[in-house]
Amino acid sequence: MTRIDRRFAELKREGRAGLVTFITAGDPDYDTSLAILKALPASGADIIELGMPFSDPMADGPAIQASSQRALKSGQTMEKTLSLVQAFRAVDDATPLVLMGYYNPIYVYPVDGFVADAVEAGADGLIVVDMPPEEDAELRPAAAAAGLNFIRLATPTTDARRLPAVLANTSGFVYYVSIAGITGTKAPDLAEVKGHVGRIKAQTGLPIAVGFGVKTEGQVSAIAGLAEGVVVGSALVTAIAQSLDQEGNATRTTQPHVLGLVERLAAALRHPAEAAVL
Amino acid sequence: MIARTEPNPLNTYRAGPDERGHFGLYGGRFVAETLMPLILDLERAYAEARADPAFHAELADLLTHYAGRPSPLYFAERLTSHLGGAKIYFKRDELNHTGSHKINNCLGQIQLARRMGKTRIIAETGAGQHGVAVATVAARFGLPCVIYMGTTDIKRQRPNVFRMKLLGAEVKPVTSGSGTLKDAMNDALRDWVANVHDTFYIIGTVAGPHPYPAMVRDFQSVIGRETREQMLEREGRLPDTLVACIGGGSNAMGLFHPFLDERSVAIYGVEAGGYGLEIMNGHAASMSGGKPGVLHGNRTYLLQDDDGQILEGHSISAGLDYPGVGPEHSWLRDPGRVNYVAVTDEEALQAFQLCTRIEGIIPALEPAHALAYVKKLAPTLPRDNLLVMNMCGRGDKDIFAVAEHLHMEM
Repeated sequence: MTRIDRRFAELKREGRAGLVTFITAGDPDYDTSLAILKALPASGADIIELGMPFSDPMADGPAIQASSQRALKSGQTMEKTLSLVQAFRAVDDATPLVLMGYYNPIYVYPVDGFVADAVEAGADGLIVVDMPPEEDAELRPAAAAAGLNFIRLATPTTDARRLPAVLANTSGFVYYVSIAGITGTKAPDLAEVKGHVGRIKAQTGLPIAVGFGVKTEGQVSAIAGLAEGVVVGSALVTAIAQSLDQEGNATRTTQPHVLGLVERLAAALRHPAEAAVL
Repeated sequence: MIARTEPNPLNTYRAGPDERGHFGLYGGRFVAETLMPLILDLERAYAEARADPAFHAELADLLTHYAGRPSPLYFAERLTSHLGGAKIYFKRDELNHTGSHKINNCLGQIQLARRMGKTRIIAETGAGQHGVAVATVAARFGLPCVIYMGTTDIKRQRPNVFRMKLLGAEVKPVTSGSGTLKDAMNDALRDWVANVHDTFYIIGTVAGPHPYPAMVRDFQSVIGRETREQMLEREGRLPDTLVACIGGGSNAMGLFHPFLDERSVAIYGVEAGGYGLEIMNGHAASMSGGKPGVLHGNRTYLLQDDDGQILEGHSISAGLDYPGVGPEHSWLRDPGRVNYVAVTDEEALQAFQLCTRIEGIIPALEPAHALAYVKKLAPTLPRDNLLVMNMCGRGDKDIFAVAEHLHMEM
């Protein structure tokens, strides 16, 4: 059982969905990022997704693109991302941490070293956006053998023919991408999300977290009634962006701004709405 | 056939990719799940089209009567005597409708888009040659079209931006990254993810996820097939040497592919050396100065730093200013079947002027790179060496940029 499995079991006992928060490692700088990371669980994050910055995040919208750029500009590297994980793990042994990003920085690290170092640092899972089942033989088995959950994305375009391949070998949870689009752009259609989540649930016992385009308390509250997890990312990195000074540096308001939003989203999540209400 | 030991281990270099779209280590389908079903649909649709004689007949008709193929194989007599070595021919793909080889691929892909019932076309462009070709076929078939183009490229390729607009395309400026071809491709992929139901993405080069590298190669191979026939007719034998410039590598692959298994043919791909290969991030020569990585749906040689972040690269030529290269080129590089070399901005500019003055042909800055290597290579070859260089685009679009570099008044 991984931390992710344990956390979803706890959430089930509590009878509520979990808040999955995404921030980019090193955004806007290493120290601020670490401080936010450490404070996320107390603010209401149940699971943390930590973005591994990449120069060319093809599946991401402007907010996460900019957050990746801020991190890279401040000197973030994969080594520093793993050291952030380690520093977080030193103060929190319970909150699951999933590394999310694109394959190239893992590939050049290289794969074996990355898997070993990620486990050593205390990561629990891996989401590699540009690695569909057709291409994952060079990473997934190694990650699984080392005890990392390999979390796959299912999307509105994942049809019945593909869904079994997407679910096979997925562990921890299934990440349902609620829109056909890039992160943080369109708003999800809740009726459609409900239908797709139902289709996935018919084929797997794994928890499902829903993300991409989920920004508001209302959306969080609605999706909390449909799935085991709600992922918020673009809204959080936008909150970081809004708190920076003109040179792009963190200010005194950066942490409270982001963490305040997390608290509000966590509160909304504890009051799931019927999809019909919205 | 007499069995003999070759330095190259493969019996054929024309069999790739495998059924998963891999050329050995390279290629593949490294895309987000949202795109995966679309790419599989495209693969099926292309396989069906490829097996359909009606598809080929329609395409052949368009290539002849709309694009103006076959393009001539021209003996560059004055350049040959000026350089004093190999007998130099130009494959005149700059004479195609729209001014470059890009139309070959666009006619193929728009036919496929129509077969698939897609109603909206998107594309990326660097130099604007692909964008103009896409805008052209979209106009010809009455489909709305959006072209993503980096803001840096919009500045240095103004005539093509205007042409695209005249043709009815919407040109979307891309400000992310350095505002060049890589960034335009990112945004085109993002558009595709967000418009999966009606949109067909016409990728302009032999890169991207499978089946694009193989499909674009197939559509461009008309260049090499014609060259083969024309040279046989003209000289009674195959060429000895092929030279083409490489950005993503579509004109080069189109020329090379039909000759890959002809061991007597020496093949050179010329990358953009920018300010020089020794300048970090100062060139766009991914095979001469990069290492394998994964970007834009495929594994290939990439310009990247030690942490796997993609570098912007630099070339005077917007069409070569791309940090990657088609995966089949990477695969041909490793065993040495194709020799990949680089020339600098300065060398390309000199070749541009030489060609203009002594052959009366204004080349695009892209084939000016191939020409710059021909300047070095031809004098080292015997006079009976038949060399074909792909003149893949005309230079009208580059006159403003060249004037600036040469400090000339327009």
